[in-house]
Amino acid sequence: MASCLRRYGRRLSVSICEKRELSTACEGKVIQQQQQQQQQQTAKLLNLCSAINQALHLALETDPRSYVFGEDVSFGGVFRCTTGLTERFGKNRVFNTPLCEQGIVGFGIGLAAMGNRAIAEIQFADYIYPAFDQIVNEAAKFRYRSGNQYDCGGLTIRAPYGAVGHGGHYHSQSPEAFFCHVPGIKVVIPRSPQQAKGLLLSCIRDPNPVVFFEPKWLYRLAVEEVPEHDYMLPLSEAEVIREGSDITLVGWGAQLSIMEQACTDAEKDGISCELIDLKTLIPWDKETVETSVRKTGRLLISHEAPVTGGFGAEISASIVERCFLRLEAPVARVCGLDTPFPLVFEPFYMPTKNKILDAIKSTVNY
Amino acid sequence: MASAFSATKFTQPLPLNTSTSRSHGKQSVFDPLKSSTSFLGSTRKLRFTSFPKLNQPNSHRPSLVVAVSEAVKEKKLKSTSNLLITKEEGLELYEDMVLGRAFEDMCAQMYYRGKMFGFVHLYNGQEAVSTGFIKLLKKEDYVVSTYRDHVHALSKGVPARAVMSELFGKTTGCCRGQGGSMHMFSKEHNLLGGFAFIGEGIPVATGAAFTSKYKREVLKEGDSEDVTLAFFGDGTCNNGQFFECLNLAALWKLPIVFVVENNLWAIGMSHLRATSDPEIWKKGPAFGMPGVHVDGMDVLKVREVAKAAIGRARRGEGPTLVECETYRFRGHSLADPDELRDPAEKAHYAARDPIISLKKYIIEKSLASEAELKVIEKKIDEVVEDAVEFANESPLPPRSQLLENVFADPKGFGIGPDGRYRCEDPKFTEGTAHV
Repeated sequence: MASCLRRYGRRLSVSICEKRELSTACEGKVIQQQQQQQQQQTAKLLNLCSAINQALHLALETDPRSYVFGEDVSFGGVFRCTTGLTERFGKNRVFNTPLCEQGIVGFGIGLAAMGNRAIAEIQFADYIYPAFDQIVNEAAKFRYRSGNQYDCGGLTIRAPYGAVGHGGHYHSQSPEAFFCHVPGIKVVIPRSPQQAKGLLLSCIRDPNPVVFFEPKWLYRLAVEEVPEHDYMLPLSEAEVIREGSDITLVGWGAQLSIMEQACTDAEKDGISCELIDLKTLIPWDKETVETSVRKTGRLLISHEAPVTGGFGAEISASIVERCFLRLEAPVARVCGLDTPFPLVFEPFYMPTKNKILDAIKSTVNY
Repeated sequence: MASAFSATKFTQPLPLNTSTSRSHGKQSVFDPLKSSTSFLGSTRKLRFTSFPKLNQPNSHRPSLVVAVSEAVKEKKLKSTSNLLITKEEGLELYEDMVLGRAFEDMCAQMYYRGKMFGFVHLYNGQEAVSTGFIKLLKKEDYVVSTYRDHVHALSKGVPARAVMSELFGKTTGCCRGQGGSMHMFSKEHNLLGGFAFIGEGIPVATGAAFTSKYKREVLKEGDSEDVTLAFFGDGTCNNGQFFECLNLAALWKLPIVFVVENNLWAIGMSHLRATSDPEIWKKGPAFGMPGVHVDGMDVLKVREVAKAAIGRARRGEGPTLVECETYRFRGHSLADPDELRDPAEKAHYAARDPIISLKKYIIEKSLASEAELKVIEKKIDEVVEDAVEFANESPLPPRSQLLENVFADPKGFGIGPDGRYRCEDPKFTEGTAHV
């Protein structure tokens, strides 16, 4: 355990204070509005897994036909995101499944098709591939091919994704790009505890099947004030979390904290960066990104997944289509390398702050 | 072997079992309505579920084990001596199990000192299965394992130095530091890996078995088929890949033995709550191959069953499913606090430590003296210490290795903007090229 923390130490430079600054500075207008509407809502300092836990508690509370299932969820899960659910809601609603991802998701689709809310957990996003067939061929096409008679909108698949410092090939992958290629499902990735709770509740209550990737690196590290009441954040709306005028940076999930550090460093060199959290990858908010690029004229995208065919490619192509004449430099992508996720070489593989900073500078000075 | 394990005993798993094992259940076993967990989990309550009643140490499946040990007793009567193993074999088995145990304990130490990182899964307590099976193989036979593969690698002959360096991520490791704890491969020793993903290794093993059958029958190379052993756990037996491969192997009569290391737990999920019929060996006959259950804490029993199964495969008679009832003394991985398992259950199995049982057997049957066993233990300690030193001193992989081995031909990365192959860019070997 100690060694794991030491590994995290390298990344712990994403100080907790910075994270809080990030959220309170441009706390979604949603929250402020809700706070105005309701009385003084209490908020508590929570980390990501507790925020998700709260969201699941609320989801199960508000809908008696919602279920949480997956491998090892009943004792709390390997990341403790599902603690307390079995005790509170019973084994008939929160239960363990055997080790069969294809079965878990397929079974979830069946539950959802019958009008239930199925919240399936895949233990690591790397293990989602056996279920890929069910997600792509069944979940995404259910409403379409039955002419809206049946749909599996109640299905939400939660999976921890992303690098964690020592995960190696099969505990660190970011498969979001594969799912972004599938019309019919939504892909949502939160960046922080407060976002995660709201987004997860929206995903669960959304009438479409959603794949919700949680950045596992942030499970314990990200701590934030999270309101205790039930709130939902809108899907398909990107958020500008830092205003700037020289270059637009787009990212999601854990990568945002790295990009934020790079922005702060670039600020010292006089480059004003605008940082956008995409939040929902499909359908993504093209308007917000386009507005920002029209303002700055430059775009940089960063994600952990390998660069070729990553979601950054889609963003780049769409923005070039829309803003070609406005762009002053090629769209830069600072992403993982085109190799399988390495074990020992992880620090070289990852899109680090310095790589992003270099790309910011070369784009601005194009 | 045909005398001890006749075909009939294999294919019709012992009618004894079906009646006697049920008698141990205290509840009305076949009434799903009465059972509280009938909706989710095993509809049949076997004796494990009454764990508080652990005072009878051998109440665990005595009926099933009797089936095997009776056969073993038969053999004992027929052979001239009373012993199941010779002195050399005994010492070899002992050495292998002690190596496995000492190595894993050292892994834990090194992990907590920060020398190795990542997810490490230790094999303490299950050594009898690895030693019992793998020590009967030839060098050409294949072994396919899971993420709990250090001891399989050691039993198959991969030097402790190579395994330890691989764990440390050094370039002298068996996979040049690129695999890590969960991916031990060795072409020299025909170890087809460590798989982090459960069940992924079984189809690979099926392919390897097909190759050896093809080589012998079509290409006429060699006079007996190289056997493949596929090791996997109880959780994997609920996975689709397992069933698909049982079907393929039985259909094509492949020389493969499916070894289930049933340690009753899949991280925190008890096997009994995850499986409709917890007796995994029964899944064999459903696919047309023999299914055998054996006590995996006793290396001699495992060895007897292994001899029969491997012999069957080698003669071209097809696959076998062997379920070894075993237990892991530590948590699922070194990051697992292991809070969920009943301490009484742990104590029960700790009392049946395979190394201690073998030691007792060797000394009781006067195969070797206490002193000789101590010599072996000391030798193993030195081997493990040497492995750690070697791993410590080995270099980390150079950055140039970062982009290697993604494609067979590094030219697979294509042509760069300057018109040359990307792999010819000097930055490629520095690991900084844009590919």
